[in-house]
This record gives sequence, C-alpha cells and structure tokens, in this order.
Amino acid sequence: MSVFDGLKFRKVSSPIHNLDPRIKFIYVIAIFISAILFSQILPLAILFLMQLPFVFLAGVQKQWVKSLRGAAFLATFIFVINIVTKFFYNNWTIQFSDIEIALSMTMRFVVLVESFSVFFLTTSPDYLGLALEQSRMPYEFAFAFTTAVRFVPVLAEEAQTIMDAQKARGLELEKGNLLKRIRNYIPILVPLIVSAIRRSLELAEAMESRAWGAVKKRTNLYLLKLHKGDYILISITAIILITTLYLRFFVTIPSITYYINLISNFFS
Amino acid sequence: MITIDNVHYSYASNIEALKGVSLTINDGDFIAIMGQNGAGKTTFIKHFNGLLKPTSGTVHVNGIETTKTSVATLAKNVGFVFQNPDNQLFSETVEDEIAFALKNFKYDKKTIEEQVTWALDFFSLTQYRKTSPFLLSGGERKRVALASVLAWNPDALVLDEPTIGQDHEQKEKLRQFIIQLHAKKKTVIMVTHDVEFVAECNPRVILMRDGKIIADGIAKNILTNPTLLEESSIVLPQIAQIFTKLYPLGLPTDIIDITEAETILLAANAKKQEQLT
Amino acid sequence: MAIINISNLVYTYPGASKPSIDGLSLTVEKGEFVLITGPSGCGKTSLCRTFNGLIPHFYHGELSGQIIVAEQDIISKQTFDMAKHVGLVFQNPENQLFALSVEKDVAFGLENLGMNREEMRKRVDWALNLADIYNLRERSPHEVSGGQQQRVAIAAVLAMQPEIIVLDEPTSFLDPLSAERIFEVIYKLNQEQGITVILVEHRLDLTAKYANHLVVMDKGKICFEGNPRNLLCNEEISHIGVGIPKATLLYKKLKTAGFNVNQQTPLSSDELADQLLKALKT
Repeated sequence: MSVFDGLKFRKVSSPIHNLDPRIKFIYVIAIFISAILFSQILPLAILFLMQLPFVFLAGVQKQWVKSLRGAAFLATFIFVINIVTKFFYNNWTIQFSDIEIALSMTMRFVVLVESFSVFFLTTSPDYLGLALEQSRMPYEFAFAFTTAVRFVPVLAEEAQTIMDAQKARGLELEKGNLLKRIRNYIPILVPLIVSAIRRSLELAEAMESRAWGAVKKRTNLYLLKLHKGDYILISITAIILITTLYLRFFVTIPSITYYINLISNFFS
Repeated sequence: MITIDNVHYSYASNIEALKGVSLTINDGDFIAIMGQNGAGKTTFIKHFNGLLKPTSGTVHVNGIETTKTSVATLAKNVGFVFQNPDNQLFSETVEDEIAFALKNFKYDKKTIEEQVTWALDFFSLTQYRKTSPFLLSGGERKRVALASVLAWNPDALVLDEPTIGQDHEQKEKLRQFIIQLHAKKKTVIMVTHDVEFVAECNPRVILMRDGKIIADGIAKNILTNPTLLEESSIVLPQIAQIFTKLYPLGLPTDIIDITEAETILLAANAKKQEQLT
Repeated sequence: MAIINISNLVYTYPGASKPSIDGLSLTVEKGEFVLITGPSGCGKTSLCRTFNGLIPHFYHGELSGQIIVAEQDIISKQTFDMAKHVGLVFQNPENQLFALSVEKDVAFGLENLGMNREEMRKRVDWALNLADIYNLRERSPHEVSGGQQQRVAIAAVLAMQPEIIVLDEPTSFLDPLSAERIFEVIYKLNQEQGITVILVEHRLDLTAKYANHLVVMDKGKICFEGNPRNLLCNEEISHIGVGIPKATLLYKKLKTAGFNVNQQTPLSSDELADQLLKALKT
C-alpha cells in the first residue's frame, strides 16, 4: 500500500511467462544478433513486428508501451544525429536514402530495446534467479541477485519512512543551494546505511543458522525442465538465425529508396 | 486543536486507505488509535503534520489548513515520533541529535542549549550527552528519539507504536512520561496494538477499521466490548477477560484497571462470607 | 535426559568491556518448554546465539565454559552442523527470509544440506502444513503479513527437523492476535512433535501458560529458575522488572488482602476466572 508497489513483483502466468528464462534469453540474443546484422529498414521492421505476438500472448502491452516510450528520447536522438551527420557529410544536402538509413538505425535500436524489455517484463525475478542458480554460475552470485531483488522494495519503503521521520523534525530537502541540498540528504543516508548494515548482519546470522555452506554442492527445490513451449521457442530461434544468415549473405535486400527510384523511373 | 473533516486518502495504487474520516482532537486530549493492520491508522496520523495531504476533505491544525503550509511549519506544533528510533538517528552525539530539529527551526543558540539540556534531563539521558546514539541500548535510543522531538516543545505529540520492542520496565517509564506530558496539558496521540498498555494508560480510544472510525469513547467502554474488539482483531485486556468470564456472578463487566478489579472482588468476597455466616 | 547442558559460561563480544554472559549454568530436559525472560540487555539474545554456535563461531569474542547441545560440543562444531539439531527463529521476520517464494525459503536449509529433491519436497510440505501456511507456499515473503512471515521462518527451521527450536522474541513486531497464533503453533510443536522449545519473551501474560520451565535473567546471569507457577508468585521477581501477567498479579493482590482463592497460582486470565467463579459461587 505505498508508492513502491510497482517494485514488488507478483506471480503472473502466461505462455510467455512460463517459458524457461534461459531459452528466452537465447531468443533475445538471436534477435539482437539479427538486428545488428541487418542495416536495412525492411528486415528490421519485420523483426520489430515479430515481437508483437509475444507481447500480446504475455499480456504486457501496457508496460511494453511504457518501456518503448522511455526509449523514445534516445531513439529520436539517434535519428537526428544520423540525419545531421549525413547532412554535413553530403555538403548540406539530404537525400531520401539518408533518411532511410537514419530510420533503420533508429529501428535497430528500438528492436534491441523491445526484445530486452519483453524478456524482463515476462521473466519473474525468482525464475531468473533460478535460471542463474541452475546455470554454471557460482551459487553466491545467484543468491546475491535474488537477495537484491528481494530487498529493493524493503529498502525503498524504509527510505520513505526515514524521509518522513526527518521531515517531521523540520528537515526541508528542497531548500538551499546545490551544496546545501546534497548535505540535506545526510540525515536520510546515515540511518539508511546503518540499517542496511544491520540487515545484512541479521541476514548472515539467519543464513548461518540454516546450514549455509554445509555441503559443497547445494541441491535445489525446483528443477527447470524444458516444456513444449520451450522447444517451440528454440525452433523459432534457430529458424530466425538461419534465415538471417541466409538473407544477410546470399540475398541482396532491396531498400525502400530502390523501390522509390523504380517507381519514379517508371513515371518519367 | 486538530480538526479532521471528512478526509479521504488514496495511495498512487488507487487503494483508498481512508474513506471519510472526521474527528476533532482538542488541546490536552490523550488518545489511543487502535485497529488491525491495514485499518488506515498510520495513514491517518500522517495527516496531522502534513506528511500526507487528504485526497478530499480537510485537516486543520490550530486553524491552519494542512494543504496551505509546509510539513516543517506544521511539525512545530505537532511532533511525530516514529516506531523505530533507528529510522531517524544519524548524529555523532546524543546532544546533536536532539538539537537537529531545533536548528532546522532556526532557534537561537541559547534556546537550543536550554531546550537540549531540558530534554536530556526529562528523559534521563544527561549522562549520554556526548555519547554516540548508536552505542546506546534499544530503550535508550527510543528515549533519544522522543527527546529529539519533545525538545522543541510541540503542543501535540504523535507516537507511532511506542511500546514495540520495549520491555516491561521501559514501557512503565514511557507511561510515566506520557502521564507527565498529559499533566502539562500536551495533546498526546498514540497508535498502538498494545491493549494492556492502553488499559494501563486509560486514554480516549478511537477504533479504526477499513479506513473508517468505527468507535470513539473512553477506554473502559471500548476495551470491554468483545464484539467491537473482535471486529478489529484486538484481544480484550486481561482484566476485562476475567470480568467477562465472571458475568454469571452479576459483577460489572466494564473493568480494565487492576486496582478497581481488586476492590470489586474483595467486596464480592466479603458479601459472600457475610451470607455464609 | 538433558538436551542442553551449559556450565559456567562466560562470554564477551569482541571489543566489549564487560561480558554479556557472566557465569551462567543451565540444564534443559528433552521436551521441555522453556521460557526465558528478563530486561533488555540481560543477555537473553546472546544466550540464544550459543545454542547453535553462532557464538562463538560467527561472533568470535572470548568464551569460557562448556556448552553441550543435543550431545554435540558447540565449541568443536560448526554452525551448519548444529543447524540439523537446533533451529533459530529471530526477532525481525523481514531479515530472515531470503527467497522470492515462501516454499523456496522453507527449502533453503535443506538445499544447503544437499538433500535430494523428492525428500526435500516432502519435508517442505510437511513443515508448511505444521506452521499452517501451506496455502501461502507460492507467495512472495514480503507479500504476506508479519505474523505469516514469522510462521514462514518457523517452517523454515522446522523443515530441518531439529530437536530444539529457539525463538528470540519472535512476536515483538506483531499485534497480540498474530502473536497468539505464533505461540499456539509453537505449543503444538512442543506437545505433538516433542520438540524442545526455548522461547525468549517479554510478554509473560501471553506465554507463561505454555511453559514448564521459566528462566529469569539479569545482567548476564540467571537469577531465578523453576516452574512458572512457583516462580511468578515470588515477591523478588517483580523487582527485576519482569512483566508478571495481570491475572497472576491480581491473584497475588487478592491473596495479600486475605481473599484466598486457591492454592495454585494462575498464569492466565482463564485460570483465575475459573478459580474466582468457584470461590464466589453462591
């Protein structure tokens, strides 16, 4: 019941959420590689559209649009920079093909953002932690990851309480010049750090009491097993990669400028 | 005086935590706000010094509407002590900790010195003046937190769960402080689950449930009403439990004080002995 | 049969000027429900930490004396070895749960012990059921209430099937009703599973009725020890600042005033009410 509700993850079930995070990650990497390999707008647009079924199957449209909106600024930036450099380079003229290239670069960026956001939007942190545990990474890393995720909302809430407590003692955070404003945060940071240290000590104590480090090879309550959906996704990933490589190296991909020229030649 | 008029409050997540609360707190009142977790108690008291502003409705502190002024200004009148002292202690010495708010309120050096000395003395902390608050015990840290608020002499004091984590002796000390403050005509408002502590302090009790006030009255009436308390997941105080069970004897059932209980039971016993002879 | 045997224990934390435990001896029989109380800073928490070897292995410091728990010599055993014999539940429920789901948290200790998955599944479900949180198993630990979190922590130590469970003020952040549920779960474990319980608590009014061995500590020593009924009517005990249950207090007052209710000291309001009903019935 606070502003930090958004940070707490809730268990959601959908065909996409239930996919093995490892496979999903491989898929994201495949999309990533494809997006890097292509520089034409056409295949990039197709890559972009290919993510949509995932978004809808997972039912995360709203959050997905939000993350894209977040990327809008950088996307615009990439577009403008591309146009401007071309503009200078070509002696203050601009051609349609330049716009197309700028658009492609922007689209490439959007595809990268999009695929990663689908991954994070549809993978619950505990599932991700589990995937980390069952990959070959040392368990300590996976543990650090899940603990961090587990304590983000707790610490955020605590920061809010501390801020309230100090405001109730007349602290005005927004007052004064820059230096004063930074100093205003000392009464917030000190209790927060002290409490974080206390928490970590108590956590360590509780871990010790529950046989942390008893055997070299820990076991795991859950076993990540591949299901039908995971095999389908692996197949899709393989097809994407093969198609990408084939198209990239054996086919000349026509650009939109090419078609436009074709059409204008036809009329002239 | 704090006047709350038909206050609604919703968090960003669209959960309505307060659903139309009205209450008048007079100067010198001693109030305990009780109710189960999620009843809206903490949300409610955060309106008293403007930490939260109502979504609709109004809160006036000494005639000033809380939306029209800053937390810092309101805090001068309404002191707020949070549950966990560790959420506010940050200074190098106990003395600095207590002076923190006074400096924020721009008191002059002499007044700060006087007020700090007074607060240290009132909470028997004088020997720790130059000690780091982090080296003190839990009960002592709690007292530093109290002193750091009481030092600027606010008219009203809000205590959030003051007895949590405190042992028997510390609770007794806290009760003494509250009695002294009450005698000085300070308004004291506490939010607590500790039904025994409330029974000992004997304040006006306000019961909240599901964002609303469902009962308001003297402790003796509210803490001995089993149906009302059960609705709020509160257990009856021990003495009230005993007298509820003694109902067949025809004794009064609205008893929460141990001395009163003793008097009634001794009288009942004397009456019985009389009948026997 | 003694399950815990501590003799002449003196312990000083690293950097501390005086010992936190100062010449303490304690014997606990198997299956007892021990209640430890005393003012803050009396050494209760430090004593709890010795039962599974957190003191001295985790905290270091200076220790002398002997501690035998479940036939193991604490000094020569690691804390993870003791985890199978002694389960510790701490005060703050928030800081003893690490996983992102309740059942994964309950499994944490068993995973550390390297138990196979089928056995682990059985143990986890068994522990979840005993703590009455089976329906919460897939929830995230911070989604559930403080009382439920504390029951998760209890299930988590239960899963390791220890002979002893030690609880250090497990309910001090909880409301009385949630606290009572915790105590009832603990009492059931003691009665039905035969687990030895050591409970540190200020609120004797809620807990005295469950205990058959009361230990009152002050300044790192045990100052009173015995059956709670005999102990709580002792006049000196109130001088240490122990919160005697209201029912017991009222009983003492009545007795002093010449109203002799019954020979047995009541530990709960129910007990006193029954005695009074009998005595005052006409």
